[in-house]
Amino acid sequence: MSTTTADLHHDPHGQDPHGHGNGHGHGHDPRHQHHFATMEQQFDTSKIGMWLFLATEVLTFGGLFAGFGLMQNKYPREFVEAHLQLQRLPGAANTVVLLISSFTMVMAVLSARTNQIAKTVRYLWLTVGCAGIFMCIKAYEYHHKFEEGLLPGMFYHHEGDLIAGSHGYSAFFSFYFMMTGLHGLHVLIGMGMLSWLAIRAKRGEFSDKYYTPVDLVGLFWHLVDMIWIYLFPLYYLIS
Amino acid sequence: MEHTLTAGSVTGDRPRPEKNYLNQTTGIWSWMTTVDHKRIGIMYLVAISAAFLIGGVFALLVRLALLNPQHTLFGKEWVTAEAYNRFFTLHGVVMVFLFIIPSVPASLANFVLPMMLGAKDVAFPRINLMSFYLWCAGAVLGITSMVLGAVDTGWTFYTPYSTTTDGTVSLMTMAAFVLGFSSIFTGLNFIATVHKLRAPGMGFFDMPLFVWGIYATALIQILATPVLAITLVLLMIERAFQIGIFDSRIGGDPVLFQHFFWFYSHPAVYIMILPGMAIISELVPTFCRKTMFGYRAIAYSSVSLALVSFIVWGHHMFVAGESDLANVIFSALTFLVAIPSGVKMFNWLSTMYKGNISFETPMCYVLSFLFLFAIGGLTGLFFSTLAVDIHLTDTYFVVAHFHYVMMGGTVIAFLGGLHYWWPKMTGKMYKEIWGQVGCLLVFIGFNMTFGSQFIMGGQGMPRRYFNYLDQFQPIHAFSTYGSWVLGSGLFLTAINLLASLKMGEPAPDNPWGATTMEWQSSSPPITHNFEEQPVLEHEPYDYRPRTVTHV
Repeated sequence: MSTTTADLHHDPHGQDPHGHGNGHGHGHDPRHQHHFATMEQQFDTSKIGMWLFLATEVLTFGGLFAGFGLMQNKYPREFVEAHLQLQRLPGAANTVVLLISSFTMVMAVLSARTNQIAKTVRYLWLTVGCAGIFMCIKAYEYHHKFEEGLLPGMFYHHEGDLIAGSHGYSAFFSFYFMMTGLHGLHVLIGMGMLSWLAIRAKRGEFSDKYYTPVDLVGLFWHLVDMIWIYLFPLYYLIS
Repeated sequence: MEHTLTAGSVTGDRPRPEKNYLNQTTGIWSWMTTVDHKRIGIMYLVAISAAFLIGGVFALLVRLALLNPQHTLFGKEWVTAEAYNRFFTLHGVVMVFLFIIPSVPASLANFVLPMMLGAKDVAFPRINLMSFYLWCAGAVLGITSMVLGAVDTGWTFYTPYSTTTDGTVSLMTMAAFVLGFSSIFTGLNFIATVHKLRAPGMGFFDMPLFVWGIYATALIQILATPVLAITLVLLMIERAFQIGIFDSRIGGDPVLFQHFFWFYSHPAVYIMILPGMAIISELVPTFCRKTMFGYRAIAYSSVSLALVSFIVWGHHMFVAGESDLANVIFSALTFLVAIPSGVKMFNWLSTMYKGNISFETPMCYVLSFLFLFAIGGLTGLFFSTLAVDIHLTDTYFVVAHFHYVMMGGTVIAFLGGLHYWWPKMTGKMYKEIWGQVGCLLVFIGFNMTFGSQFIMGGQGMPRRYFNYLDQFQPIHAFSTYGSWVLGSGLFLTAINLLASLKMGEPAPDNPWGATTMEWQSSSPPITHNFEEQPVLEHEPYDYRPRTVTHV
């Protein structure tokens, strides 16, 4: 053979053509996938994957931010007037709620990493709770918009606009509902994943040796939080 | 035992393992649920080939409809203008979204990229399988929209036509949206694989150039596709709620759609061509038995093409009401594309210079690629030149240029790569002579079909028109005859490859004497690719004779 093989990695699995599952000692972790040499490599790879996914999320929202900017440029007066219809107090309250949820998320990851799993479970449920409060407040706000006829596109029928008949108002609320709606969808998905994590943590699946899912969902949750940090001033604080 | 041999000598003396990735497990369910990158690559290959067949049939129908200006066949009119619009739309949508974007990355690269790095699998095998099923879902949506009434907007879905026309535009854009996610997950997988799963001792500049090309492609897939996704969502919402973003009757801006669309779709053109270039970079040193000339230059040129691709989208809107200043800037930026493309071209040619060239089927495709891509690339410069572009916009010149790059470039390279890795993937050798004949027929048919369209385009024949002046009839007919030659070449190639599965000789482990890592596995490879973790011992294209220890 034209190759000499030396195992630079000292990897017990590299030499084994079947990879895993044949019960030879070494304290083999069942979550260790066969194509990774070490658990550290597996963890780092998962993190790269999550960061790349977050990049696609940013670009998805980026398209909507660009569209909003262009429309605001086209209808500056309508947008200022339309934003007065949004309620700043619930919006600000939601910002605070999400910031708190980011804190509890960090604590969940930290406690998993330090093997305090009971705390992890508690912090995860707290994060879910904050997300729930956020969605309730959001629902209250949406309800108000529906009552007033502040709806996207052709469904817009609000009375008493200063520039009657302008498309600027409906454009504002189209983007408002698309962006907060897409964000709300992310919050809902996040709630689902956080609950699933909490259940798994309760079952004792995580420890300082393996907490990759907690860490990755944490990254996702911070992104969801961060998008709201941009949405809030964009919609509620135009001047 | 010591003896001298070339690093990439043909090997096949090793006993063939009884179990390989094809027969390790059996039954349809073992394929449906597999997370083996090789099996997923094969499933993708079958799926995109089917898409290529459907798209190809629509292409033949388009050409047949244009055979004469009366649209008659045997004296009878057989096609309406509306049917024709649907033919070219479905040809475009199927070829772009279902075939060419996933073609090389999802099928060939899925199979060989991990093996080139000495890895057992891609970083996220389950996401890889999910990507395949997303592709299937997208295909089902697309086919449903065809069955329910088809789309006549062209593959670009330009507003305001796409927001006002009847037909199943929303369903088709939904299909493209889902396919986008399939593409994103493939790209994400490759980036993580390249970063974390290289063999011990392999640095970035020890990777085969194919990996560099696919890595650059994956960057575009990650960064551009989400923007297309949100654009298509906006288009669907515009159709459903009339939010007034693209439709000018309600205060929207149709050119905004074009900006959004091309911000993805221009980089997407490089999602299509970069993998083709990546394949050529493998084939040239192998069949010239020479170290790659300018390895780093080619690696950098792949990444710089990916980056430049993001700043040239405006050249699609030169006549769509873009400002003069923007036009001039985009024109100048577009010329930049020629630099990395030229760097690659000259490096390939320099590698061939004084090489020991042999003309097996893959190398025939390389020569075909170099010739066709040179024409496709150079005619691209016509479009970055503002004045010429305005004359040639929306003529057959565009159609010809685009096909010289996409088919003459990507598809030819894909076929070359398919013939190159076929023995590794299937463990069978195809008949060399029929491979070469097929390649020649494709080359002749392709030039007849599209070379003639340069002439028509220069004379002013507009693209996508159903009716045309009598003066263009001979050239249109010639182009249509060419499409038949092209079709028969592809048909012959398919038969040759499929026949090898039944009747082919067993393939040696390294039939071409190549030096990259995937050839160290057996043909076909075992499920975990290598018996032992391969370790990097030499640069990727080291064809110098040297002394090795024979174990």
